[in-house]
Amino acid sequence: MSHYHKTITELGADLQAGKVSSVELTQAYLDRLEKFKDLNAFITVDSVFALDQAKTADAQIKKGKNSALTGCPIAHKDIFCTDGLLTTCGSHMLANFVAPYDATVIKKFKDAGSVTLGKTNMDEFAMGSSNETSYYGVVKNPWDQDKVPGGSSGGSAVAVAARLAPAATGTDTGGSIRQPAALTGITGIKPSYGRVSRYGMIAFASSLDQGGIMTQTAEDAALLLGEMAGFDERDSTSVDQAVPDYVATLNDSLKGLKIGLPEEYFGEGLDDEVASVIEVALAEYKKLGAETVPISLPNSNLAVPCYYVLAPAEASSNLSRFDGVRYGHRAKEYTNLDDMYEKTRAEGFGAEVKRRIMIGAYALSAGYYDAYYLKAQQLRRLIANDFTEAFKKCDVIMGPVTPTTAFRMGDKTDDPVAMYLNDIYTIPVNLAGLPGMSIPAGFDKAGMPVGLHCIGQYFDEARILNVAHQYQQVTDWHQKIPPGFE
Amino acid sequence: MEWETVIGLEVHAQLQTKSKIFSSASTAYGAEPNTQACNVDLALPGVLPVMNQEAARMAVKFGLAIGAKVNKRSVFARKNYFYPDLPKGYQISQFELPIVGLGKMVINIDGKEKVVGITRAHLEEDAGKSLHEDFQGMTGVDLNRAGTPLLEIVSEPDMRSSKEAVAYLKKVHELVRYLEICDGNMQEGSFRCDANVSVRPKGQKEFGTRAELKNINSFRFVEKAIEIEIERQIDVIESGGKVVQETRLYDSVKDTTRSMRSKEEANDYRYFPDPDLPPMVLDDETIEAVRKTLPELPDAKRTRFIKEYGLTNYDAGVLTSTRALADYYESVCSHVKDNAKLAANWVSGELSAFLNKESKDITESPVSAGQLASLLNRIEDQTISGKIAKDVFEAMWASEGSVDEIIDKKGLKQITDSGAIEKIIDDVLAANNVQVEQYKNGQEKVFGFFVGQVMKASKGKANPGQVNEMLKKKLASA
Repeated sequence: MSHYHKTITELGADLQAGKVSSVELTQAYLDRLEKFKDLNAFITVDSVFALDQAKTADAQIKKGKNSALTGCPIAHKDIFCTDGLLTTCGSHMLANFVAPYDATVIKKFKDAGSVTLGKTNMDEFAMGSSNETSYYGVVKNPWDQDKVPGGSSGGSAVAVAARLAPAATGTDTGGSIRQPAALTGITGIKPSYGRVSRYGMIAFASSLDQGGIMTQTAEDAALLLGEMAGFDERDSTSVDQAVPDYVATLNDSLKGLKIGLPEEYFGEGLDDEVASVIEVALAEYKKLGAETVPISLPNSNLAVPCYYVLAPAEASSNLSRFDGVRYGHRAKEYTNLDDMYEKTRAEGFGAEVKRRIMIGAYALSAGYYDAYYLKAQQLRRLIANDFTEAFKKCDVIMGPVTPTTAFRMGDKTDDPVAMYLNDIYTIPVNLAGLPGMSIPAGFDKAGMPVGLHCIGQYFDEARILNVAHQYQQVTDWHQKIPPGFE
Repeated sequence: MEWETVIGLEVHAQLQTKSKIFSSASTAYGAEPNTQACNVDLALPGVLPVMNQEAARMAVKFGLAIGAKVNKRSVFARKNYFYPDLPKGYQISQFELPIVGLGKMVINIDGKEKVVGITRAHLEEDAGKSLHEDFQGMTGVDLNRAGTPLLEIVSEPDMRSSKEAVAYLKKVHELVRYLEICDGNMQEGSFRCDANVSVRPKGQKEFGTRAELKNINSFRFVEKAIEIEIERQIDVIESGGKVVQETRLYDSVKDTTRSMRSKEEANDYRYFPDPDLPPMVLDDETIEAVRKTLPELPDAKRTRFIKEYGLTNYDAGVLTSTRALADYYESVCSHVKDNAKLAANWVSGELSAFLNKESKDITESPVSAGQLASLLNRIEDQTISGKIAKDVFEAMWASEGSVDEIIDKKGLKQITDSGAIEKIIDDVLAANNVQVEQYKNGQEKVFGFFVGQVMKASKGKANPGQVNEMLKKKLASA
């Protein structure tokens, strides 16, 4: 009996119907991720911890005190603090860090009775687009193990793509959910900024970071996002607005839906094969009753430079707490306080993290603040205004998630700018605080997955989930499992 | 050359909220190290700050009390620097948009009023403490204080002497305690001050180069540190040198200031708006609600005391130095008839002396305002003399009973029976013939001797007025 091809929605039903116990299910996934551990999708797996939770879930189901998620195993990106489990954030700096508390997202899933299968690999402190900056090694893309899975939520993406976990949490600062989802052929949603609590989610760039979920289907994403989302009094940037029933509107008709196609997302730099997959997907939407309208996001070309000032600026400050004083790595030998700081941080952080701290500290320093940080804030407003204008003409915006499919490991590690440009379509969405999804839409000739990008209006996650779900009713790209993992 | 001193003060007042400014940990002083530091105070990965609205209301209260502009929109910023007692590697403060804008305070120097401008007052979090003792070659960190709300009150460089600086500091100290936003305890560090000091030739418009003095945490030290710094700067200039902009530490033991760091060594704090905290927005309703909680302020109270109780400027100043003392005084007055002056003498005299002796606050006085009023009423109705009253007060302080019980128990009731007093006088005169002769020969100062003898013979209980009057008559006819 195999369960791994099933979605969370299906597994939840099986659990409640008594067709399978949470312990059986959890054990099956633990066996499977052990079998495929060469993918390096997980940093920490604690089977005792997971099976304990599964036992509790089974007891709850027996008592009838269960939710739709009770007993469902879920993997969590190692950026979310988990009480009693290692939380490394992909860094040497936190190699020994066990948080004494649960992130709000983790707590919500725990309260719903789900089982924490393990902590997934990621780019160090979520800084990267290929999962190659992780201290714990690169994650392999199951569609071609010489290729990257994308990042920073690469471990979560691979866990779901290879069916090592039915779903996994992720975070998205500049594309870290959508880009790896696209590169591994799964469904991923980054909600609007403020929709999901950031409490307990290790900060990279506070004004951009947003937790979300990576799943096989839009239906699962709707179910799980409903569980994660909501105001949190511990996060002053979370928004106090009721969470709609995302599942309830999944089957709304798409007749008359206006899809905006930004000319800037289909221009130079976009791979032809990716472009044609998107074209086919859009044709499918027309069959579902939607129409496309040309729109423009004229400041999109400023998004990457703007982002690479703001995100490092915030990161340079957010990562100051990793100083070797209270927790995490501390250099073994040092002569005085400054020496301790310098050695600890030199040893604890990887090259990409150091690069961004340097860029950020520079952008904030006296004499440069106005030219960089302030200017970038102004650009950010322009970029957000572009979307406001565009949404006067359409209901959702579509395009590619990435300019190309997954690239080879090592291809871009020596050229940070080429790496950064991989997020050219996703970054503007974070700067504007909007919700965005990656929907599996097909493959290139080499058999690598292509993601369709669907961007919604502020706090309109329900609409993009509906739009994705309807597409998944008439296509089966989301059901494809990489060869060797069926 | 004649020199002029220019001083500006930065006061850090810890706001007396129950919990910290961005977390729910307690702010109580004196707990075991690190027992009042929660996940947020420890800056664990992933934690976020949440603004304590009570701290904002206290800052508004201060702003309204000094007639300042209260900014309806203020922004928290991060001040970045590394130090072990600063867990996040940045301090959350306010930089470009503080909660309180321009205001002013009026100080009194040698009977003349002087206005000191307040540039701004902003909210920020306190750091923890580094403990260098007891750790042999290492440093301990106590984060109990980390995250305690501070109101940093920045003055204009309006003061021209250490005396003015102290007067201003006392005035701010008095005000924050009146407003009940800070306990003012300088020993525990809940009220601290840095001073920016410079000198310039008298008449020159431009300011001289300033030094910032730190670690001056008592009124006396503020005065001394500034005096020493002024002398040092004048010496430097007069011997041909230049004052450098730097931070200097006051050493109260050696009574000197020494350089901590120069401007070149100063941190670039890389301030930027804290993305974890949305701008703080105050509506009119909140501000007006705070305005309603404003107490009568010290200056207004002083003026009223002078008018209402007929007090001197000095007495009114002493009695309004704290809100509790003023309340005590007014409570005594409400129980005595038309004798506010007597009440003032007792509160600022005997009572204050006893409080000082035992280092007690007025709120800890074992003699309540009502009890003190009964004592004053017994003086007023001549049951006891003012002198005897001091003995009664001492017994009351020792909780020996009520005023009347003590008077009865100790037999201290004043002798007002003229027959009894006459008898004592007669005995005294008969026993002191020599002095009677001297008096008759015009040595009138011997009169005091007789009064003393009579009071002594009556164990102090004879009514002094009656004694005086009867003695005069007796001596005239003797």
